[in-house]
Amino acid sequence: MNNFAYTRAESVAAVPGLLTSGPRNKILGGGTNLVDLMRENIEQPGGLIDITRLPLAEITDLPEGGLRVGALVRNSQLAAHQHVRERFPVLSQAILMGASAQLRNMATTGGNLMQRTRCYYFYDSAARCNKRQPGAGCDALEGHNRIHAILGSSDACIATHPSDMCVAMSALDAVVQVTGTEGPRSIPIVDFHRLPGDRPDTDTNLRPDELITAVDLPPLAFATNSLYRKVRDRASYAFAIVSVAAVLETENGRIGNVRLALGGVAHKPWRAAIAEKQLHGEPATEESFRRAAEAELAPARARKHNGFKIELAKRLIVSVLSELSRKGTAQ
Amino acid sequence: MSSGSNVAVAAVPVSLHVNGILHNLQLEPRVSLLDVLRETIGLTGTKKGCNQGACGACTVLADGQRINSCLALAVQYAGLRITTIEGLVSSEGLHPVQAAFVKHDGFQCGYCTPGQICSAIGMLAEFRNGCPSAVTEDSSLTLSDEEIRERMSGNVCRCGAYKGIFDAIRETAATSESEARPQ
Repeated sequence: MNNFAYTRAESVAAVPGLLTSGPRNKILGGGTNLVDLMRENIEQPGGLIDITRLPLAEITDLPEGGLRVGALVRNSQLAAHQHVRERFPVLSQAILMGASAQLRNMATTGGNLMQRTRCYYFYDSAARCNKRQPGAGCDALEGHNRIHAILGSSDACIATHPSDMCVAMSALDAVVQVTGTEGPRSIPIVDFHRLPGDRPDTDTNLRPDELITAVDLPPLAFATNSLYRKVRDRASYAFAIVSVAAVLETENGRIGNVRLALGGVAHKPWRAAIAEKQLHGEPATEESFRRAAEAELAPARARKHNGFKIELAKRLIVSVLSELSRKGTAQ
Repeated sequence: MSSGSNVAVAAVPVSLHVNGILHNLQLEPRVSLLDVLRETIGLTGTKKGCNQGACGACTVLADGQRINSCLALAVQYAGLRITTIEGLVSSEGLHPVQAAFVKHDGFQCGYCTPGQICSAIGMLAEFRNGCPSAVTEDSSLTLSDEEIRERMSGNVCRCGAYKGIFDAIRETAATSESEARPQ
């Protein structure tokens, strides 16, 4: 691990200036991803700005049932919060299906948003990787790509975003609050992460001087009927092969409102806008769910080893929406 | 290790509370809590397994919460109360979780054991505080066998001594004594 200057931030307002005060300065939160990447020399920050003593660790109520989640709220704290469990169960479920209890005790909400991919070739400094070294090439394209992206990828990068939390937040239309040298701004989470294009080294639309201060969960009354399901290679403590976060409201057997997002399939949490649009007003039946899943996955592109993800994603969408449909009817 | 990007960074003062003792240290900011515990303070009970947060052998308690000390920069943990396996023994003897591991043969080589025990203590505290897990049903919170396995998934045992580990934790969870013991 390279050496670096360590600075403990004394105020939120001071952070943008600290970030721009030296080259390659980075924010240090829980450290669970950054420290690991530094140990592999994939991240080599000039300075780390420790924000963990800043007053950003609160979960507060917003009007009409929304919540503001401070950037330093730990994953375990967020998943256990009574209002999250009651109003947005999909978010609590998603977080609890990620990582281990030890890691969730350390990892922060802001840090979870900033996680980097778990692509083997990104982690292997002997491999070519456009995300690690722009223009170097991508060894995943013709390599072992079973875990890689099927939607929104490019010929430069087929890595996936590893977060579970962000998939649920995408379905919930969360809004990321940030602050930089030019003041605060709000970024809808669906616009926060990027597709790779020809610049896969840039994961997000966060500017170099900006700090995440909070994530807002807007009020969504029908989110009480929500579900996260994750398919992975073992029953616990593994990244998603494919995951689905869904929120469903039915009225007289028809779909009134639906929110759907996929994990493990793309460079960012994949909001299934095509499926949502198709489902609106349709009968809440497996046939409708399957048609919508087919439409959403129609643009999917498989590589050598990950073709199974396309059918898996479709079946997972049908399964989750069917379960929510039954639960919604029973309520 | 690339040295080209290294900058001259002086050690910084860090005060660590470990097992009730205050250590005033000078540390490079890049040093992990795990390495400080083992190499600087000399508490080698905490083990370095994978050094990347995947195995749980380095689990310690920070203000009672279980964490992976390999991914923790020591400088971030100034002021928190760190408890390692060495801090669990009291004048009354072994911590109940330690005693249960001995009774149920919850180990073979023993390398994962300090992390397993610290993790189990943190896990039981989380459960008592009402923290859910991925297998928790909506309203009920009982420490089922499935709950124990899910909540302990961050600790790997390469010998496969899971049966004894599970039995030790199961028994400890059933006794009120473990709940009365401070960390």
